[in-house]
Amino acid sequence: MTRTEQEGHTSPPGDWRREYWRKNLRLMVILLSVWFIVSFGCGILFVDQLNKITIVGFPLGFWFAQQGAIYTFLVLILIYALRMDRLDDEYGVSERDGDGERL
Amino acid sequence: MSQIQTWTTVFIVLSFGTYIFIAWRSRVHETDSFWVARHGIPTVANGAAIAADWMSAASFISMAGLIAFLGSDGSIYLMGWTGGYVLLALLLAPYLRKWGKYTVPEFVGERYNESVRTVAAIAAILISYTYIVGQMNGGGIVFSRFLGIGITGGVMIAAVIILIYAVLGGMKSITWTQVAQYTVLITAYLIPAVAVAQLITGIPIPQVSFGQILAELNALSADLGLSNYTEAFTERPMIDIFLVTMALMIGTAGLPHVIIRFYTTKSVRGSRYSAFWALLFIALLYTTAPAVGAFTKFNLLEGVKGTSVDALPQWIENWASTGLVSVNPDAETIGSVSNDAAAGADLTVNNDILVLASPEIAGLPAPIIGLVAAGGLAAAMSTAAGLLLVISSSASHDLYFRRFRKHADDRERLLVGRIAMAVAVVAAVLAGIEPPAFVAQVVAFAFGLAAASFFPALILGIFWKRCNAAGAAAGMLAGLALTITYMVHTLEVFGTSANDHILNISPEGIGTIGALVNFIVAIAVSKLTSPPPKHIEEMVENIRYPAVTRRTADTGAVATEERPDRPEEGSG
Repeated sequence: MTRTEQEGHTSPPGDWRREYWRKNLRLMVILLSVWFIVSFGCGILFVDQLNKITIVGFPLGFWFAQQGAIYTFLVLILIYALRMDRLDDEYGVSERDGDGERL
Repeated sequence: MSQIQTWTTVFIVLSFGTYIFIAWRSRVHETDSFWVARHGIPTVANGAAIAADWMSAASFISMAGLIAFLGSDGSIYLMGWTGGYVLLALLLAPYLRKWGKYTVPEFVGERYNESVRTVAAIAAILISYTYIVGQMNGGGIVFSRFLGIGITGGVMIAAVIILIYAVLGGMKSITWTQVAQYTVLITAYLIPAVAVAQLITGIPIPQVSFGQILAELNALSADLGLSNYTEAFTERPMIDIFLVTMALMIGTAGLPHVIIRFYTTKSVRGSRYSAFWALLFIALLYTTAPAVGAFTKFNLLEGVKGTSVDALPQWIENWASTGLVSVNPDAETIGSVSNDAAAGADLTVNNDILVLASPEIAGLPAPIIGLVAAGGLAAAMSTAAGLLLVISSSASHDLYFRRFRKHADDRERLLVGRIAMAVAVVAAVLAGIEPPAFVAQVVAFAFGLAAASFFPALILGIFWKRCNAAGAAAGMLAGLALTITYMVHTLEVFGTSANDHILNISPEGIGTIGALVNFIVAIAVSKLTSPPPKHIEEMVENIRYPAVTRRTADTGAVATEERPDRPEEGSG
């Protein structure tokens, strides 16, 4: 592990940590809201109302419960992973090997 | 030997040979490789391994059949068993990987204290053991139908193969074997599904084309005395659907054999992408399953509707010998179909055979049927292997070495790990040969227990520094007590009588309430007692940031944070 002196930090050391963590939590809350609305909202609570609409043979509520929710879950995880890559880089906490390549 | 048996034998021998070969190539010599494959599994491979680990005999063999008879309400399994990955990826995987050791009880032990660790280790063993019984039994069904070997023989063969590769290579060879098993099982699932979709609708994408038959399926169901396929809440009330879905999701995120897989990745970032790849691989099967359910039910109903009992399709006779399909002796033509023997319908079909029989029901050729058999076995074996690993690591790493041999060297740890694995396999075989009558209910137990115990303890441990050992222990005990009490109250196990559901909550859904109680009790007790020591707060702080050293943006230099690297590995 490379060890260098703590250089020229003007802001208190805890500051970036709180900011990073807050951004992480905000992203999480947004994504989990979508998770809840699509699965429990569209797939369960409002399934009867949505079933009145039919698209290519699928009643819409039924489609969310058996197909749409799963696709949404997948997209949510991908968005989280990609956004966290950016956030890690922004705050300099991404994991790199000796040559600066991502691990 | 029939043509089906020949092909089944060919596929099973080929696939088993591959597993053994892979296991031999990736055999290991150190504890670190044995338990977490040296944290060195590439992300995509880890995703495939998680998918195979996760998708059990229940997913492969039973799920589409369950959906076929539950109709719209089958969504509890589809959403419940996939939605948990969002929770895993966002709330657990990255932080547990950053902390990075061997087992789930180990994290709980370090975050709270040793007694909580012991409780967690015992819970992990119980949960995994109940789960494994179902896998062994699923493997036995495949053997007895396709190869004419009894369930006993079938379970023994599967167990010997698992024993060889699990004991040889631990997590490393289990992971690489699971990658192969995923390939086998997904191929076996998709080929017949695509073929059936093409046959019936002319569109070879089952996810899209099963919409075409839903209206007709609803009409057929009405004719044969079954409930409307696409209408929600025909089988369970809304409140129960909500709670069961939630319990399965948080149960998934709390199952030790799933969580442990995120320790094997190379980095924190790797654990996030592993969750993505895992769900992608799982979604391939889970979005196909409702199509398989709908198509198979459609074929089945159309094939038997109004047919006289002498002229029934051949598959019914093939499967009748397993006792999983039966024709009512009083019936002359088939006018009603059910999955419940007690309903007294003209034709009774067990949920569990629909996937395995779907190629026969659709009249597909023998090689495809053999492939499906190999796929079912791959699903059962890959999950069993993952569960065995949790049982042996909890027993040896968290109980034996913690309690009795604190200063054992690496060789001894590895040896005891292997012995624990072998003992676990033998125990699983015994349970698989003579499964307790309540296997299905016991699997529901596993999810409820994981939801009510591990999930809240882990979430609070990561996101709330103030949570202390007393709070976590009290929460886990309260959650478990409520969940177990309600299950015993409503299920006919342990010789108790089955009482009515309270407020329409089924025993599968009680885990959600148990988790809620766990959270409330843990928070209340933590607030009333003193905060955890400083070094634990620092540990929680540290798992929140992926890199050990922070790079400052302005200079590009590496500024070392004051804290040390994650705790040294393997130092008991």
